[in-house]
Amino acid sequence: MSERTIQTERPWSLKNFFFQWEWFLVGLFVIINIINSFLSPYYFTADTFLSTPMNFLDKAFLVYPMMMIIVLGNIDVSVGSIIALSSVIMAVSYNAGLAMPAAMVLCLLVSTLCGFINGFLQAKFKELSSTIVTISTQIIYRGIAYIILEDKASGKFPSWFSFLGWGYVGEIPFIMIVFIIFTVLFAILIHRTRFGRQLFAMGNNSTACRYSGIKTENMLILVSTIMGFMAGITALFLTSRMGSTRPNVASGYELDVIAMVVLGGVSTSGGKGRISGPLLAIFIIGFLNYGLGLFNISAQVLLIIVGILLIVSVMLQNLRLGKQGQKSGAKPR
Amino acid sequence: MKNTRASRLSEYSRELGLLAFIVVLALLFQMRNPKFLTLSNLKDLFTNTAILGVLSVGMMMVLLTGGIDLSIGATIAFSGMVTALTVSANPAISPLLSLLQGMAVGLVIGVIIGVLIAYCKILPIIASLGMMNIVRGLTYLVSKGKWVSAYQMSDSFKAISTGTTLGINNLVVIAIVIYLIFSYFLNNTRTGRYVYAVGSSPETADIVGIPRRRILLLVYATMGALAGLAGVLWVSRYASAQGDTAQGYEMSVIAAVVLGGVSVSGGRGKVSGIILGTILFGMLNNALPLINVSPFWQQAIQGVVILLAVISNVLIKRNNDRMTLRKRAI
Repeated sequence: MSERTIQTERPWSLKNFFFQWEWFLVGLFVIINIINSFLSPYYFTADTFLSTPMNFLDKAFLVYPMMMIIVLGNIDVSVGSIIALSSVIMAVSYNAGLAMPAAMVLCLLVSTLCGFINGFLQAKFKELSSTIVTISTQIIYRGIAYIILEDKASGKFPSWFSFLGWGYVGEIPFIMIVFIIFTVLFAILIHRTRFGRQLFAMGNNSTACRYSGIKTENMLILVSTIMGFMAGITALFLTSRMGSTRPNVASGYELDVIAMVVLGGVSTSGGKGRISGPLLAIFIIGFLNYGLGLFNISAQVLLIIVGILLIVSVMLQNLRLGKQGQKSGAKPR
Repeated sequence: MKNTRASRLSEYSRELGLLAFIVVLALLFQMRNPKFLTLSNLKDLFTNTAILGVLSVGMMMVLLTGGIDLSIGATIAFSGMVTALTVSANPAISPLLSLLQGMAVGLVIGVIIGVLIAYCKILPIIASLGMMNIVRGLTYLVSKGKWVSAYQMSDSFKAISTGTTLGINNLVVIAIVIYLIFSYFLNNTRTGRYVYAVGSSPETADIVGIPRRRILLLVYATMGALAGLAGVLWVSRYASAQGDTAQGYEMSVIAAVVLGGVSVSGGRGKVSGIILGTILFGMLNNALPLINVSPFWQQAIQGVVILLAVISNVLIKRNNDRMTLRKRAI
């Protein structure tokens, strides 16, 4: 954690306006869509843009809370396991006779508790990095899912449950409406509340924040708990889309989500980022996947591409932030 | 690195404690299943744990610098796959050459990760997560989704892991040699001490003129080479190379290393510690099936073990620091 001054408001100028990471993302998004439209003559229809996101929006719920965690300068690699555990518990408890709405609430409770435990451990054992804490809880949560369900699948949900992942309200997919609501909520939370400002302040200098009266431990726990809750939301939609669940669902989700956040211009050293970046990144990676599907490219190549995307976008970020730092005379890290 | 007698004593006592724990656990296992402390089972235990031992040395160095490497499972799979494909295409190739080939493949991956972390300033977890995906994807690509099975491998290749030197299984011999080399390197060479210095305090290391970036590169390159070596050993041992070989194995390695008392925040850890940590972890893997614990429990137990180990490391360090402070006050 280095001591940096917190930028409050950058002076508006035409140059600053156009030299924003978001424009690069918008460009990337347009290019991907142009390529996709060459691949499929039926690409540019309203249906494409409404139904394609249904394939990747379940992951998108994780992006904003992950952004909050990365803004704090932390990381969470346990989200995939939280999804698996809460989804498995929901399925098993429903099949054991619990009513479906109650099972869904249980799913959210379990995931929120998992997130709380992550935050609690980090707050109580500050010597430990978030990396090692979430690596161990990652193994534990998925391990519990395996203990509960072994290598079986569980499902047979009531038919209305599939509405979550597959249903439409009028022309618009239900999942997209929920996503828009969460986007607005998180945009307000991150950029328009005191909580949001404290988040960025903590990412810049946690010690100074503690001395100036911010309850940093509570912040850590709160952010991780929100992450857990959103993992539960993802578990609901993902399970609904798949119709059944196994202990190995959502493995590797953390990487995709971290890639989206970082591609969205959020600095991995903490304290920097805007919600518009990750929002664009969700759709860039989502439509990229869709396009690669049109190409008939295998899932393995996709692994490679997401890996490269993650590394390259962090490298570009570092270059960009390094330059900015030099310009404003700040000491480069 | 504190050289006060108190912290030295308690670090020493930590290893004694670990040893005592291993003995107690072994006796408990023995009571549940008398097959545990037989010569053949102990041979099995050490042979199965040897690969973990090879990797734990590399991971210890990575953790000493305050970093982490999650890509080694993928590196094991990739180097194992490349070597296995080469062997199945040219059965006459010498096993020594296969070992070198695997190490070279791992070294290249390690160097890439090292450059990303040391010179492109990417966080270790992000660089290694990204590389994990890339290398795992490459493994599927070079194998085109197929397996290399036992019948496609030459006998001399399979003999790497079944053969013995001086009556001891080759895998165990390799692990012991690597322990010795790195124990000397970390304790008795200047570069080895630099590894500790970089992890203890990166800023200080920079100020006193330690080539911090080069040390980081060295550490990740070593980790890569050891993972490459482990890949060859793995494929030879299990006589099959698959796309999902060693998936998640990095977690076992991290578990063994933190059990051995290596601090995840860097600068603290000893080779003698990780030897005990590796044996303890290998013992859990070996004994749980023997005392009829379902294989589905093993992952959760492994996770709890890691968490308890890192938390106890923190508590021990807090206690040490408090004791040092108290001494200073008087």
